[in-house]
Amino acid sequence: MNELLLPDFLWRALLGGVGIALLAGPLGCFVVWRRMAYFGETLAHASFLGVGLGLLLHLEPMLGVAAVGAVIAVLLARRHPSEGLAEDTLLGLLAHASLALGLVVLAFMEDVRVDLFAYLFGDILALQPEELFWIGLADVLGLALLAFMWQGLLSLTVHEELAAVEGRRVMALRLGFMLTLAVFVALAMKLVGILLTVAMLIIPAAAARRLSATPTQMAAGAVMIGVLSVAAGLSASLKFDTPAGPSIVAAAAGLFLLLRALPRRG
Amino acid sequence: MTHSSFLIRAEGLTVEREGQRLLDGVGLSVEPGRIVTLVGPNGAGKTTLVRVLLGLMQPDAGRVERRPGLVVGYVPQRFQAPPSLPMDVDAFLRLGGASTDVRRREVLHGLGAGYLQRRPLRALSGGEMQRVLLARALLRAPEMLVLDEPAQGLDVHGQQELYALIARLRDETGCGVLMISHDLHLVMAATDEVICLERHVCCVGAPEAISRHPEYLRMFGPDWEGFALYQHRHDHHHDLHGNVVPHARQHGPACGSGCKHE
Repeated sequence: MNELLLPDFLWRALLGGVGIALLAGPLGCFVVWRRMAYFGETLAHASFLGVGLGLLLHLEPMLGVAAVGAVIAVLLARRHPSEGLAEDTLLGLLAHASLALGLVVLAFMEDVRVDLFAYLFGDILALQPEELFWIGLADVLGLALLAFMWQGLLSLTVHEELAAVEGRRVMALRLGFMLTLAVFVALAMKLVGILLTVAMLIIPAAAARRLSATPTQMAAGAVMIGVLSVAAGLSASLKFDTPAGPSIVAAAAGLFLLLRALPRRG
Repeated sequence: MTHSSFLIRAEGLTVEREGQRLLDGVGLSVEPGRIVTLVGPNGAGKTTLVRVLLGLMQPDAGRVERRPGLVVGYVPQRFQAPPSLPMDVDAFLRLGGASTDVRRREVLHGLGAGYLQRRPLRALSGGEMQRVLLARALLRAPEMLVLDEPAQGLDVHGQQELYALIARLRDETGCGVLMISHDLHLVMAATDEVICLERHVCCVGAPEAISRHPEYLRMFGPDWEGFALYQHRHDHHHDLHGNVVPHARQHGPACGSGCKHE
């Protein structure tokens, strides 16, 4: 009974958080399996450029973030791993150059006052109904795409060349995955902020690893742990008046530690 | 010799990376029911050649012809699945394409690996992983099997077993086989043709002939230890029986049997 009396903004926060956790589960598993945490960080850092460009062009900042993320995804998906700069160097370069450029762009717009703190750590309690709609849409499309690519992506994750010889479309799969990740980052930024987006991907997935014997179990486990973290984080935020985004991530980290006590499967 | 029945055929393959010539005018052909083995020292371009043949890499010159619709079963070099990925052998086999549970069990059994079906991937030994990889290749009912160092990490007994298995598979299915090997002596019994590769094709022939071939002995013979320091340039070519023949294009008059390496 008591929960039903929650204010609207809290319901929206809860729904939005669950929506993000739904997509973060399977997506985060692939980030963990494919060791792409730093790629996620790069997308998150580049969000600043997206926000800057969005405001400059009078667009929704989320669209700018998704667009910049898509460009980075295409650049990196087309690249041959053995060519040129080492992967981490290139990612670092892209991450910090776009972060710096974004801040410069923001500084140029004198009439815009940007709440940096909200972008860095998110503002899940300020979610608007139309933002919920976007999260819902991204969930449906993103999960459908991931389900469609599931076997192919797994095959790629285990051995890319074997997958290629067996006729998997390696480039298309890689690109599809990276673009989904870019969209996710744009949405999650709103909720937990640029600095904590990757945490929503990797912590629930890492926590689910020990409980799972199959990839599907791990993805489902990551979703459940993500949803629990959102609920626990929001409750804590309400009770102790702590910032919501960081509370959610702290709750996820707590669950990770708790689950380590359980025996390992698979 | 006609090539009308080839599964895959390559001519004049040349690959250069970073100014280094990795392959230099390499040609070969694999026919159904034939086992062709590539031998050569580290850095000889064996894996590069296989990658080009599989279409994973574009050659800078030369061409690869495949029989239309050719189904290839590929057994890559031994590798570790990501430890963060929970997956058992059966799920790994399903990744290779559509197959029934019965068929997967059958193929694993045929390879003496039926007991592995529910094992997690990361709990497999080297030999077990090799069998599982072979099972995944066989589930595709391949016309050609390509194996990159299938015996790597196996003891002598395990290697002999594996090569016997590959020969048996060839007999049963009639598929062509191309494999990379380190040790000619172990692979000999299961091979129809050996190609010694060292960026270019040094010699080609039946294993018995190759094992006595001066080129082969130079590579794998008593002075094997000194090989890394040994630079050589060819002034000749070999025919299918391993005899030295003068190189028609690049070199002048025949150098006959007095070929020089420097």
